[in-house]
Amino acid sequence: MIHAPTKGKHHAIRYCLSDKIFLGCNWLVLSLFLIVLAYPLLYIVVSSFSTIPITGISLIPKRPSLDGYVAVFNYRYIWIGYANSLKYLVLGTFIALFVTVCCAYPLSRSDCKGGKYVMGACVFTMYFSGGMIPSFLWIKSLGFLDTVWALVLPGCLSVYNMIVMRTYFKNNIPTELHEASQLDGCNDYKFIWSIVLPLSGPILAVIGLYYAVSLWNGYFNAMLYIRTRTKLPLSMFLREILVLNQTSGVDAGMDPTQMEIAEARAQLMKYSLIIVSSLPVMIIYPFVQRYFVKGVMVGAVKG
Amino acid sequence: MAEKNLIAGRQPVLRRQPNLFARIWAELKKNNALYVLLILPVAVLIIFKYVPMHGVQIAFRNYKPARGIYGSDWVGLKYFGKYFSSMQFWPLIRNTLSINLYSLATFPLSLILALLLNYIPSKGYRKTVQMVSYAPHFISTVVMCGMLLTFLDVRTGMVNEIIKVFGGKPVNFMGTPSYFYSIYIWSGVWQGVGYGSIIYISALSGIPVELHEAAIVDGASILKRIWHVDIPGVLPTVCILLIMRCGDILDVGFEKIMLLQNSLNKPISDVISVYTYNLGINSNMPQYSYASAIGLFSNVINMLMLILANTIVDKINGNGLF
Repeated sequence: MIHAPTKGKHHAIRYCLSDKIFLGCNWLVLSLFLIVLAYPLLYIVVSSFSTIPITGISLIPKRPSLDGYVAVFNYRYIWIGYANSLKYLVLGTFIALFVTVCCAYPLSRSDCKGGKYVMGACVFTMYFSGGMIPSFLWIKSLGFLDTVWALVLPGCLSVYNMIVMRTYFKNNIPTELHEASQLDGCNDYKFIWSIVLPLSGPILAVIGLYYAVSLWNGYFNAMLYIRTRTKLPLSMFLREILVLNQTSGVDAGMDPTQMEIAEARAQLMKYSLIIVSSLPVMIIYPFVQRYFVKGVMVGAVKG
Repeated sequence: MAEKNLIAGRQPVLRRQPNLFARIWAELKKNNALYVLLILPVAVLIIFKYVPMHGVQIAFRNYKPARGIYGSDWVGLKYFGKYFSSMQFWPLIRNTLSINLYSLATFPLSLILALLLNYIPSKGYRKTVQMVSYAPHFISTVVMCGMLLTFLDVRTGMVNEIIKVFGGKPVNFMGTPSYFYSIYIWSGVWQGVGYGSIIYISALSGIPVELHEAAIVDGASILKRIWHVDIPGVLPTVCILLIMRCGDILDVGFEKIMLLQNSLNKPISDVISVYTYNLGINSNMPQYSYASAIGLFSNVINMLMLILANTIVDKINGNGLF
């Protein structure tokens, strides 16, 4: 990436007039873009700490309070959903990582002759699938309906993630390492466990997080397969509250002013709920951001 | 080898090519650990990808759950015919295509963002914009739609508050069907443009510095360098992403549509996947075969479009995917 004619310490950066205009516009556009990106996020944070009714727009809460969060913490199903989602996330990510490594490592080895057939079978599923109805009927006939397996097993081998991991193994685990370990009498299992996996920390983090985020954020599989209310993940309760507006606050029998207050409360609770539900992802995001970028770049390498 | 043996006066060793099974057996024995590892993923692939694919034949049968796939009568293309002649056919295709073509029009935005970021002199500013722009990608669809609905609320939404500050009248965004596509597409851009730019940024950093230096020596301005150095440099990446997009031409992610759909915008927001879901699963009398036929139809069109796009791009500049 070069930005200026000279990058040396002792040379001043020189731009011609049209470049200066370009850079000025560039700066302006990116600043506007930054505001458009960041303001909605900031607005939610600010609103979640406000008191009802939330009016106008501002950069700091006008009358700060924790009412919204109290309402969220008092809503029993959010805790149930949170616990379920965490359970599905841990189990699902573990299974998915295991299966993906089992698939990616053999396919990364050029001396594995059968690998190309398995690879072909994997890639084909990226472009063609049975569709929603046959999958649903099959999962149902397997008896997975209303169990955790319907959520964690069907998606446990994402071909895209597998290819990213395979590319990483190919580029970062030299063949010489494998040959040397064989000379020392190390078998393939041991080689993977004590050489390959320790050398693949970043990619395991990236792929694990890809799986974790999709498990945490997804609601559709739960909507298809989970019927018992106490087994639903958090995203389904979010859908009820945020989108379908089913909070247990508003009654038809209330008078208009009371209803307005109840509605404003529900509104406030929504903002707090968005923060609470996004917290796990938002906490780890700054730490893993550079790994995500790396993952996309590894995936971008053709082959 | 044989000659050498003849010269030495020994009997030539006949190296017969072993037969196929013997070769497979030798390979399995040599790399047994690798094949043992592959058992699990292959099983997953068969159980969760290929069995449903095989189950797609219910689109050609009058599927009755009680009778199973094979017990149900074969009806050929009946359900495809029913779909093609149904009232829903054109509206569904039109809605799906409208959304996809509209979002295809926003495809270059990620590239533009990457180019702008690439030329920002301040490294700290660049890092800040990047960091903030990736964040929305990790917001879940449900939360995203919840945010949209609260922001666009007529009475209390943030967008209408801003409109009021500038002296405008509140707009009922979700109640006006004509806004639906724009809401859907631009919220998608908000969420994805930063993350989508990563791939271009990495492609841009792969362009040899010498090319830029030569261009600068020749007196090229930044705009000229973008046009003559950067764009040709990232073209292969653009082509691959474009081909992938064409493979989704009849595929609109239904998670978001289902959450944003209401009775007012239903006529223009009903897309194939949502219709299939309502017909085949979210119904008291699920029409499994009919819904499967509609799903299969769009899958096949998608695949044909992918192959077509790939062929065209391959013919033009040789940057095909396969």
